Amino acid sequence: MAFDYSRYIRPGKLPHIWCPGCAHGIVMKAILRAVDRAGLDKDRTVVVSGIGCASRMPGYVDFNTLHATHGRALAFATGVKMADPGLTVMVVSGDGDALAIGGNHFIHACRRNIDITLVVLNNSVYGMTGGQFSPATPHGMLATTTPYGNPDYAFDVVELAMGAGATFVSRSTAYHVLPLEKQIAEGIGHKGFAVIDALCTCPTTFGRRNKLGTGAEMLLWLKDHTIGLKAAENLPPEKREGKILTGVFRQTAKTEYCEEYAKIIDRVRGA
Amino acid sequence: MKGREVFYQGNEAVAEAALYAGCRFFAGYPITPSTEVAEFLSRRLPKVGGSFIQMEDEISAMAAVIGASLVGKKSLTATSGPGYSLKMENIGFACMTEVPCVIVNVMRGGPSTGLPTAPSQADVMQARWGTHGDHPAIALAPSSVQEIFFETVRAFNLSERLRTPVSLLTDEIIGHMREKIVIPEEGQLELWERPRPKVPPEEYRPYDTSGGIIPAMADFGTGYRWHVTGLNHDQTGFPTNRPELVEPEAERLLAKITRNLSIIEKYEEVRREGARIGMVAYGSSARSGKSAVSEAFSGGIPVDFLRPVTLWPFPEKAVSEMADRVDVIIVPEMNLGQMILEVQRCAGDRARVVGVNRADGEPITPGQILQKITEVA
Amino acid sequence: MSIEKTRGPEKVTTDHGDLRINTVPRYCKGCGICVKFCPKSVLEIRSFKVNVAHIENCIECMQCELRCPDFAIEVHGSGKKRSEE
Repeated sequence: MAFDYSRYIRPGKLPHIWCPGCAHGIVMKAILRAVDRAGLDKDRTVVVSGIGCASRMPGYVDFNTLHATHGRALAFATGVKMADPGLTVMVVSGDGDALAIGGNHFIHACRRNIDITLVVLNNSVYGMTGGQFSPATPHGMLATTTPYGNPDYAFDVVELAMGAGATFVSRSTAYHVLPLEKQIAEGIGHKGFAVIDALCTCPTTFGRRNKLGTGAEMLLWLKDHTIGLKAAENLPPEKREGKILTGVFRQTAKTEYCEEYAKIIDRVRGA
Repeated sequence: MKGREVFYQGNEAVAEAALYAGCRFFAGYPITPSTEVAEFLSRRLPKVGGSFIQMEDEISAMAAVIGASLVGKKSLTATSGPGYSLKMENIGFACMTEVPCVIVNVMRGGPSTGLPTAPSQADVMQARWGTHGDHPAIALAPSSVQEIFFETVRAFNLSERLRTPVSLLTDEIIGHMREKIVIPEEGQLELWERPRPKVPPEEYRPYDTSGGIIPAMADFGTGYRWHVTGLNHDQTGFPTNRPELVEPEAERLLAKITRNLSIIEKYEEVRREGARIGMVAYGSSARSGKSAVSEAFSGGIPVDFLRPVTLWPFPEKAVSEMADRVDVIIVPEMNLGQMILEVQRCAGDRARVVGVNRADGEPITPGQILQKITEVA
Repeated sequence: MSIEKTRGPEKVTTDHGDLRINTVPRYCKGCGICVKFCPKSVLEIRSFKVNVAHIENCIECMQCELRCPDFAIEVHGSGKKRSEE
């Protein structure tokens, strides 16, 4: 059955700016289906982003949208959420935006456990600016600023989020369209900070420079190089070698930040 | 003015006045000598159902302030030099997107870490040009604790009415100094709100200026699903790079200020008959300036005195007129000469402009200024 | 642009009984993801745009619609996957 995306897309804004074969559109659709699944009120939903290809998403979607400064989406979103905790606040960010310049806000949003859902569109490159490496670029890969191979190592977004205290942490990919949608819907429903590491692709810069093929071929790479948590449990280590784990890594309950602050308000006003 | 008498330091007056003005969101970061503003509001905001958050850095504090303002809350942050520098990108974002917010800079010795516990007035040019690009700026410089109270309320009013960030520049002297002030009774001071849309969501265009150069601003979450972006945008709020749309919007940002000078401009002026010397002084230096001028008058030297309360936009006309009347204008500043550049620009070749400068973390004394007066007399 | 806001973009419709597949040439960037993921070779890229070449083979798996990054293809069917004939 066709899903009617037009309900969530601002009229006259498509076609979007993303390249042919870019997976961002796939992730955007998964987000919209997740929003629909969660039954959100568009008027009471806010989508915040920073700067980059992923961060262009809010302009296309029919919510209260905020295209803020590079790396600072979570900080703007924190102000929005605290000012009206009844709003559903989502942040979409690229890997560079979220983990490099935005790294500090990433770990603090995790620690704070504020009820915001962050989807990191992780294509391991700064696509918008032409293909520089990011903190998610694997060791040895080529980028415009690592022309001899990346000497650096990449963050594991899931480990980082868990280490910083996030209470919902998951990973999926633009290949795994339905699990991705499900994780995002779960993240939205989760009362606390939710991080979904959405592995996606940049065929134009990263793919081309590293000879990874077309957009479609790069999606198949994601299929072949990832393995679900449950499936991985049943496999011997040699079979799991080199594969990226996907699934829900953590889903715990902890008092959410705005709730905690509301308790303070009640307590001091009552006194 | 009817109200409650209290003995407050400047920073406390900022916080109290913010609450009075209807501020219900503060995001900040500890930095001497502004931290008392944050501490005061951390205690008082929850009591009025507002929210306080100490963010992980100055940048995110400014971001959170803008986020909260988009939801309709009057929002404040307070900092000093190093934090003011960090906030600049997001202040520019607030200019571009026309989001009301107030930034307090309790100026201290600089540049860089400088003198954290000593005053300066060295961020004056930064208050005008700190963030990149062509942008308007409003900066207010009170010189007493009572005036800090009134100017904080005025900062919120201007920010809301004109949909632009407003900087309140105090310094370590008046920020930490205690004076008796009156907190006005509720309703004594006019409070302004941002213009909100009068049309339903289907008809709303976020930067529509058919009704005037200040567009109506819808609160996030109230049915107006609009797009806010720091990219150059057209009247629908969506990005554009079309030259014929970009320039008028950029000009309009400046016009919001230049066409509303009557509500923004504020200065105190005392003219004395026969004065051939004038003085332009602001903030805490103006206190020493006033003393010196009074002393000089007693000693037979009349000096015209102009104290800008609104520093930006600069009171060009008043200073230019002073240059018509006097031969020399003295500009005392706790810096190596910043506001003096504006005075020189406005005076042209009609008056000599000399500075009395101090950048050692100590206040300029009335004696120093008096010495300069007698020197040029 | 304003016409599109009210009426939406032009769609190319292909019908086969209850099944209808719409493509949106204005949105399609010819990336080929739909072609690659179609298990029944229903689709082709022709002149840089998706073309519904063999609708009779379609089993309504919805992979093309799910995976298209550009909102350029919609599958409106009976809701049931057709069995292999």
